[in-house]
Amino acid sequence: MLTLNNVEVMYNRVILVLKGMSMVIPEGKIVALLGSNGAGKTTTLKAISGLLKSEDGEVTDGYIELYGERIEGKDAEEIVKKGIFQCMEGRRVFEHLTVEENLIVGAHTRKDRHNIKADLQKVYHYFPKLHMLRHRQAGYLSGGEQQMLAIGRGMMAKPKILLLDEPSLGIAPLLVKEIFSIIKRINEEEGTTILVVEQNANIALSIAHYGYIMENGRIVMDGPVERLLENEDVKEFYLGMSEKGRKNYREVKSYKRRKRWL
Amino acid sequence: MAFFLQMLVTGIVVGSVYALVALGFVLIYKSSDAINFAQGEFLLIGTYVCLTLVASYNVPFIAALLLALAFSALLGWSVEKVVLRPFIGKPVISMIMATIGLSSVLAGIVHIIWGHETRVYPPVFSEKPLQFGEVIIAPVYAWSFVIVMIWLVIFTLFFKYSRFGIAMRATADDQQAALSMGISVKTIFAIAWAIAAIVSAVGGVLLGNINGVNSSLSLIGLKVLPVAILGGLDSIPGAIIGGILIGIIESMTGGYLDPLVGGGLKEVIPFVILVIILMVKPYGLFGKKEIERV
Repeated sequence: MLTLNNVEVMYNRVILVLKGMSMVIPEGKIVALLGSNGAGKTTTLKAISGLLKSEDGEVTDGYIELYGERIEGKDAEEIVKKGIFQCMEGRRVFEHLTVEENLIVGAHTRKDRHNIKADLQKVYHYFPKLHMLRHRQAGYLSGGEQQMLAIGRGMMAKPKILLLDEPSLGIAPLLVKEIFSIIKRINEEEGTTILVVEQNANIALSIAHYGYIMENGRIVMDGPVERLLENEDVKEFYLGMSEKGRKNYREVKSYKRRKRWL
Repeated sequence: MAFFLQMLVTGIVVGSVYALVALGFVLIYKSSDAINFAQGEFLLIGTYVCLTLVASYNVPFIAALLLALAFSALLGWSVEKVVLRPFIGKPVISMIMATIGLSSVLAGIVHIIWGHETRVYPPVFSEKPLQFGEVIIAPVYAWSFVIVMIWLVIFTLFFKYSRFGIAMRATADDQQAALSMGISVKTIFAIAWAIAAIVSAVGGVLLGNINGVNSSLSLIGLKVLPVAILGGLDSIPGAIIGGILIGIIESMTGGYLDPLVGGGLKEVIPFVILVIILMVKPYGLFGKKEIERV
């Protein structure tokens, strides 16, 4: 449903960040986009959601299509209305608003205002904790709770595609598991297509159907998750495993496998 | 005692008008981090439009007030679109300079259209003073207080429950995140300016009814700036409490100290208080504290 074809993104008219990025996100699936720091993952999401503009970035080549309609270069509000919602990196909840107000803001572009009450209940159903905290100022929530709020806020917009930027960032491992299992449920029960960007490849691949691996502004590898998990390079560089299982620190230092895709 | 109460009541009424106008500063500061130095001119234009409708065209006061407010909303909206839109994303200081320029231009226009002699509203409220125990209140004061309170309640409800009110607070919190919610930040700015112009116009009409209208009324804009800073520039409750506080202090100074020094102290006191408060509490009385999770 969402296609990126040969997309180039430049910041400030000089810094080329995406260098011919192509990917396809099929309807109803969870797609994981993996890669190291500075690979261009967040930029890819922002190119899709139209948030590049406020950072002086623009798509200079290639195109982004949603159901065959070009959406690159459109304003963020228009793209949200078309059904793409990005949960930004670092949660970015509205700190001085209550939990419930945060959720209501998420539904800002919705035309069917009378369904909002019911959808609030739905979010509380997925995240019972938010219901308990609904009158609390969002700034005082813990990191995990804020991440739940950020995802719940995304659900309130009823998007067709939810873009999640590093939902595991700075959150306790146990909570990360919980949050990812909820993401999987949202995908299965609501039919929301999800594109999740992660550094934590293990957890992302545990729920995704399809994976893309990004380096230096382009995709270097992609495939169904089962195939990626079997790939030696992925195991070595993204999952921290080798043929012998988990490596110890000394071996990592003395031996470095060459990346085959470069 | 009666004199004290009299001063207190006057202070509260004038202060509540300050509070309303200060709300305009707060809104614009919250949405765009800029300070609008043209606030006083908004106030002046609002009150002149209302006065012209009442005095020259014999429009009933309430209708004239509403028309003046509609005109002000339009004025604020278009000023944002034409003058300030190009400054989005530019340093805040250039936006502030633009509002200073704007204030001169608007002041000039007012001067051309309405001249500079003091004009008075035809008596709108009854002249018969209301008596509460020892305190005597002119109806215009009582009505002003009621009207301000109505507006404050309207705005409180607007920010607490309406879609755009909540969106405005969200934008004030985190502009980029608001953008990612599909909130049009441009629309939010325009609404903030429209509301700022409306509250100024209400304040202007009320003060005009109390004191008469001439171009020096725009100085209220400057006088209200300490009110907004006192309350903490980004706090709506702060603006309201700060307004009433400054109103009372001003009225008390006028009543008790001015006769001793031969007048004029009343005009200075708000600024003296401002400096003292800022030395002790740099964010103002109710300024937003950054929430930091540790």
